Amino acid sequence: MNDYYETIQMLGKAAWSPYLAGALIGILAWLTFTFSNKPIGASSAYATVAGLLGKLIAKKHTLKLKYYKENPPEVSWGLVFVLSAIGGSFISSITGGEFEVRWVPKLWEEVHGSSSYSITAFIGGIFMAFGARLAGGCTSGHGISGTLQLSLASWVSLLCFFIGGIIGAQFLY
Amino acid sequence: MKKLIQGVLFGIIFGFLLQKGGVTKYHILEGQLLLVDFTVMKVMLSAILVGMIGFYFLKEKGLAKPHIKAANLGANIIGGLIFGLGFALAGYCPGTGAAALGQGNLNALYYMGGMFIGSYVFAEFSKPLNQSVKNWLNKGEITLPDIFHLPERKFIFVFGAVLLLALIVLSQF
Repeated sequence: MNDYYETIQMLGKAAWSPYLAGALIGILAWLTFTFSNKPIGASSAYATVAGLLGKLIAKKHTLKLKYYKENPPEVSWGLVFVLSAIGGSFISSITGGEFEVRWVPKLWEEVHGSSSYSITAFIGGIFMAFGARLAGGCTSGHGISGTLQLSLASWVSLLCFFIGGIIGAQFLY
Repeated sequence: MKKLIQGVLFGIIFGFLLQKGGVTKYHILEGQLLLVDFTVMKVMLSAILVGMIGFYFLKEKGLAKPHIKAANLGANIIGGLIFGLGFALAGYCPGTGAAALGQGNLNALYYMGGMFIGSYVFAEFSKPLNQSVKNWLNKGEITLPDIFHLPERKFIFVFGAVLLLALIVLSQF
């Protein structure tokens, strides 16, 4: 097997059964649809922050852009949802004894050393955001909320997320 | 305001569940893309299966409204592949990365910086992109039952069985 295989096995599993965590996320989707009339999603929150920053630097220009005309950059359900997810994970990791401050992921460090993760991840972020906006969602908006509604766009997008991801991972490991 | 409070509450639960499900861990996400760890697929397919069945009944009872995204298959495919490459480079997707930050992975800040740039770049070119790529293979807001010419209830029954079978197979990995 490849050299990363054992490292991944060694670095530990999920705290709960992934089936249980997944099923509860499915139930959470019922709640967000029913009470907030909103699908679970994550990537548009980053576009909102980018728009808010854009408004600080070049307000007129930012608000003239087609995307921001249709999706005004302001504090929204989607933005507080993602910000709060940071807090939820903090609670889970602290109470579960899994909180650990790190600047380089362990697997990356084992295989590539401590350099160059930052630039790789930064470029990855650019690709990911652009791709998500083009595809119309990410692994949450398409991958969970859209797929559970049996949307064709979402199933095609999810498939392509994984095809792109599997190809990309081959270059890294 | 009430909606924003719901967003906070649901976001906290989302981040909590992602952390418990193990999908906030870099090696588990990369492990999925390298096809040596199937936690991500277990979480996602469980969420889709449970979410799909519940959402169908909520919709039937008029308690939830559909939010189907238009299938611009050209944009879904190209955007999806770009997203996937970025996902592999960063080692996180937009939702799991936010939650990773909450468990102490400050390295998530790198891809987040890239996400703001990538989002703004998309917005900058949103007009020409909407007039070009977003119109390629545009099929409108269609669903899988539409394609298979099956009533939604029947489709969900069959597809639910397929997802369940996939989850049972995955439990062997």
